[in-house]
Amino acid sequence: MIKIRKGSWSVACVCMVLGFMLAVQFRTTQDMKSSVPYQRVEDISERLLATEKERDVLKEEVQRLQSGQSNPADAQQEEWRILSGTTAVEGEGVIVRLDDSTAASKAGDNPNLYLIHDDDLLRVINELRAAGAEAISINGQRLVGTSEIRCAGPTLSVNNVRSAPPFVIHAIGDKGTLENSLKMRGGVAETLKVWGIKLEVETSDAVYVPPYKGAFRHTYAHETAEREEDK
Amino acid sequence: MILPILGLLAGLLLGYFCPVLIPFAYAKLFSVALLAALDAVFGGLRAVAADTFDQAVFISGFFTNALMAAFLVFIGDRLGIDLYYVALLAFGFRIFKNMAVLRRHILKKKEKNESA
Repeated sequence: MIKIRKGSWSVACVCMVLGFMLAVQFRTTQDMKSSVPYQRVEDISERLLATEKERDVLKEEVQRLQSGQSNPADAQQEEWRILSGTTAVEGEGVIVRLDDSTAASKAGDNPNLYLIHDDDLLRVINELRAAGAEAISINGQRLVGTSEIRCAGPTLSVNNVRSAPPFVIHAIGDKGTLENSLKMRGGVAETLKVWGIKLEVETSDAVYVPPYKGAFRHTYAHETAEREEDK
Repeated sequence: MILPILGLLAGLLLGYFCPVLIPFAYAKLFSVALLAALDAVFGGLRAVAADTFDQAVFISGFFTNALMAAFLVFIGDRLGIDLYYVALLAFGFRIFKNMAVLRRHILKKKEKNESA
């Protein structure tokens, strides 16, 4: 057939280089396609699991330390404990259930409006606090001074623990005032009803609010003498 | 004709079992270099078919094309000009053209052989 007259060897060498390049490129492409993203996902989820495990262990330790420390103390200390949210409390109050809308969204409507967002929840909590709620928990997470309520993808994060709808809010306080604060005209319940978000308020004489299970960490704040705030 | 094919196979095997991977940052450069090399080989085949094959031209073309292509893409990256696609287009185009010419040559030769 076709003949290459002289120096086939050098041509063969060139072909070998080409073959080498082809094979390496092939393998590189395969490697990039298959392993990199999956490996990263696996890596990250593994780290998440490890961190969560560590967190649970620490949580247990905190609880153990706290329970060991709770010797009977005077009323001042009890007040502080209830305020700080480190003990479980019970009393009259309301249980509020919030759930995403089941109404079909109209075409062109933003479907986000039919979901519960962090600001909806914040408004409910704000109303309850304004109505004198003494202890509040959201899906079993006690709200303390450092608690946050924020959007975490499709879920909400409270005390850095994520939970999905339905949200159950336990609030201890004067049950009549709490209920009315939510149900008042132009109030939170009415606004949320527009979007079909379900908000049920149930009053009860024995509402249980669990203690805060996280750790209190103060790295930056120090105690100091009281003085006028700098302006 | 046997020797180059054997070389190609040896290279394929070597590349497949050699634990060398191109780092992600250079994958683009390498793929362009590979395309240039392929283009050079097809050009060589075409030259063989046309009986104008010159070994020196072939070998120098093979290496300079590959290196220059990679270098140009590298420079383009630094300057913010995406020469990658330009190189892909140019070399891809040439490969197809060379293949077409090669096919025609082979068909013509067959015809001659049959008529002779």
